[in-house]
Amino acid sequence: MTIRTEPVTVNIGPQHPSTHGVFRLRVTFDGEVVVQVEPVFGYLHRGTEKLAEERNYVQVVTLTDRLDYVSSMTNNQAYCLAVEKLLEVEPPPRGKYLRTITAELQRIASHLVGVGFFLQELGTFGGTPLMYCFRSRERILDLFEMLCGARITVSYMRPGGVFADAPADFWPALATFLNAFPGELAELEQLILENEILMVRTRGVSPLPLDLAINCSVSGPVLRASGLAWDWRKVDPYDAYDKVEFQVPVGSNGDNYDRFWVRMQEVRQSLSIVRQCIAQIEPGPVRLPDLPLVLRAAPGKEAYGRIEAPRGELGFYLVSDGGVSPYRCKIRSPSLINLTVTEHLLVGWKLADMIVTLGSVDINMGEVDR
Amino acid sequence: MYGLQMVRGLLVTLKNLTRKPFTVQYPEERLPQHPRFRGEEFVWYEERCTGCASCAKYCPLGIIKIVTSPSGTAVPQGDKYRLEVFDIEIARCMFCGLCVEACPYDALFMGSGFEQGRYSRRDLVIPIQQLRESDKRPSTWFRPQLEEAKYNPHLGQPVDWKQAGRESWRWHQREKAGLRLDSHPADSNVPDETEKPTQANALPEGPVQGAR
Amino acid sequence: MSCRLAADNVLYGNPLFRWVYDLAGSALPCWLAYIIAGLVVMFIVVNGVLAGTAVLTWAERKLLGRFQNRVGPNRWGPFGLLQPMADLVKLLTKENLTPKGADRLVFNLVPILMMMPTLLVVAVVPFAMNTAVADLSIGVLYILAVSSLTILAIFMAGWSSNNRFALFGAARGVAVLVSYEVPVVLSLLGVVMVAGSMSLSGVVEAQAVPFLLVQPIALFVFAAGTSAELNRTPFDVAEGESEIVAGYHIEYSGIKFAIIQASEFGGTITASAVIVTLFLAGWQGPLASYLGWLWFLLKLGLVLFLFVWVRATYPRLRTDQIMAFSWKFLLSISLINLLATSLEIYWLRGAERALTTGDLWIMALMNLAIAAACLLVAGRLSQAKVRRVRPPLPVAASGTAAREAR
Repeated sequence: MTIRTEPVTVNIGPQHPSTHGVFRLRVTFDGEVVVQVEPVFGYLHRGTEKLAEERNYVQVVTLTDRLDYVSSMTNNQAYCLAVEKLLEVEPPPRGKYLRTITAELQRIASHLVGVGFFLQELGTFGGTPLMYCFRSRERILDLFEMLCGARITVSYMRPGGVFADAPADFWPALATFLNAFPGELAELEQLILENEILMVRTRGVSPLPLDLAINCSVSGPVLRASGLAWDWRKVDPYDAYDKVEFQVPVGSNGDNYDRFWVRMQEVRQSLSIVRQCIAQIEPGPVRLPDLPLVLRAAPGKEAYGRIEAPRGELGFYLVSDGGVSPYRCKIRSPSLINLTVTEHLLVGWKLADMIVTLGSVDINMGEVDR
Repeated sequence: MYGLQMVRGLLVTLKNLTRKPFTVQYPEERLPQHPRFRGEEFVWYEERCTGCASCAKYCPLGIIKIVTSPSGTAVPQGDKYRLEVFDIEIARCMFCGLCVEACPYDALFMGSGFEQGRYSRRDLVIPIQQLRESDKRPSTWFRPQLEEAKYNPHLGQPVDWKQAGRESWRWHQREKAGLRLDSHPADSNVPDETEKPTQANALPEGPVQGAR
Repeated sequence: MSCRLAADNVLYGNPLFRWVYDLAGSALPCWLAYIIAGLVVMFIVVNGVLAGTAVLTWAERKLLGRFQNRVGPNRWGPFGLLQPMADLVKLLTKENLTPKGADRLVFNLVPILMMMPTLLVVAVVPFAMNTAVADLSIGVLYILAVSSLTILAIFMAGWSSNNRFALFGAARGVAVLVSYEVPVVLSLLGVVMVAGSMSLSGVVEAQAVPFLLVQPIALFVFAAGTSAELNRTPFDVAEGESEIVAGYHIEYSGIKFAIIQASEFGGTITASAVIVTLFLAGWQGPLASYLGWLWFLLKLGLVLFLFVWVRATYPRLRTDQIMAFSWKFLLSISLINLLATSLEIYWLRGAERALTTGDLWIMALMNLAIAAACLLVAGRLSQAKVRRVRPPLPVAASGTAAREAR
């Protein structure tokens, strides 16, 4: 007797718990092995780029909060850098340092979310590591609330600096966080970093070769896990990154474990950057005083501001026609570009690996669909 | 050795079993909010407002609706425009605070609360009447004068319109009326026909209420 | 007319049954008295298990909460103790869905079939001295036979739901359960050989030294096997809520879902009870004839705590890894255990063909050594899987070099 089998097509998402938002994968399985993947997205499309053309330069800052809502600070930063390039202005040093501090705190928070959900998708029941990650992330969000009155949609940065200086009680709170967090991080590492189950689940699974990563323009921890030390903070320093020392963690295989490992190490580097910034920051203005509320750029000017966001290279390409709002705003979102290697990463692996790989790429649908 | 890391992981969870929970049981317990918290109930001082609609123009979503009419009475009395409608539709508000940033006269402040849940979206509008009558507990967001006074809205002390601004309220009142400082040197003779502070002149300019 | 229960009846050892039987038999015909007495015992046992299930759902959620630095259920009753009631009421009021295209009969039969083995296993577990419902002389075999019925229910659920996630879950569940039956049976064989009895009370009485020490490998294999059969972390592939959402019971709602959940938690209780009976000396302890139930409950609580603890800590393995773990590791160590145990019994037992307490201690030492050796060798062999093939470069590349290269 021969057993006749046929491939099954399953919709993973858009309401699947492990798709990081409203993402849908139309997957064809042979047994449990993925033979064909078709990503479908656009469920969260809000037309941010078009909305930006109808708002003035400062109002667009609030839109960027909603792109990658897990790391709003860095979105603000990328956009503000683009506007500053457009206007050919430079924020005062204290503003730059405050931006760097908040961006690095945001990177820690974002990586904690990424790592936490990655481990959740590995099946830690009820998400014990996720809860530990969120415990630490809460502290960072509290710091953001001190800075700007909001925890997620911060709107903290403005073209020409940040909206206001940190309140007096921010610095002791930041010091408390910097003292407490390494212990929590060590606890998380002890819990999971070298866990054997995690190792057998992730090592060698879904490797991304470096040449493919470069060809597909993949960026961020996914690229660095494949073995290239490419970090815009080093390659093209912005804000205060040229004044701080840090290292770029690099993986070797580009598999799920390396992507996870690179994120864990980057958290440590971010901590060190924050410490250096606190040591270097000096009193002074935080925002250019002579910038008007409604900004105007010279007609026909273009600018591309890019940063190393937690998920990769985040860029804003702005074109001005001399009006109060950008003539065109193009967002280069790392999550979308990193999704281009989905098919290569997923085909040939099992259903369980597929979910974990998606978690290790750490996409954010707010940014993919824009 | 194989399995050793798994045992270490067990120790971590065991250690956390003995810790106090870090979550907060919301209706009974609350997290302390920072004075800068951008809350829902906007605080608006009619005495300070000129009806310039900067906030409405600067709102990225256009949810502030302002209707003014020229009040025939009393330009010197600080009532250049009468505000008929000042509605904030917080159903669509994203609490970015740009309206507060745009206000040149420190008339609009972010609120400090976050519990304006309603059963219908139509109810999620703060009308002018509510803005007039509500407790004035402004957030210190983008208002350095309140921060310098170490004001904390979560302690429950309201802030009077005279103490909310960054300049002396008397100067402000004349500025609002379209008068210049040098044209009316006498501070004490400003007639005041707005509703609440009828005896405003008698009040000294003390420290902000609610200061810790 | 008075009825006498035959001494070879399976229920003869149950004092409650005999008492009710005698009482009812004085007024009613014998067959009716037999049924009434059986129903009374069943009523008590079924409700006892369900109450224990309710307590376990609460305890597991509370413990998981505390493991994760949360509070856990705390709204209903003191410490949230009434949470299971609230859950039950909520689930009872939910719509009882049967998906379109589902095989209605099979689909609706599944909750019953899921619950059955859980309750059946309890029948032979002695939770205090002389207190098993029926002290079967083939108790261990009975447990193995009955508990594998769960496979059937899982497969029926997956097949009849007309849902591909459910089918995935069922396929995974069946694959895992079938492969774990073998090492579990082999591990229990060692226990039975040492105890010299297949009756669970016989095994308990044989444990002058807890079999936790005498049969450590068997305990490990049995615990791993039961957690795989119960779909508990790290072997919960059949449910795998992050991958296949809820696996085989994805389409169940309302009271059917409640029963499936209850049978899972009940299964955890019964499996822990079996572990306590077979490996932790059951009701034995100081003053066992009076406080046997207390020792049993304490040990049960300990085993359940361990289950929850493991669940709170570990990620999930992949299906093929679980199978490999079963066939390559568990099966081989249980065979080693079987061989070692039989050789030890052959050497140690005296002329009267029984093992003394001293013999048990010697066996315990030898078996612990064998267990450690197995763990070391297996760890060495599987190191290649776990070790970093090439460790990631330790943050070497610096940006200045990259900038210069550019």
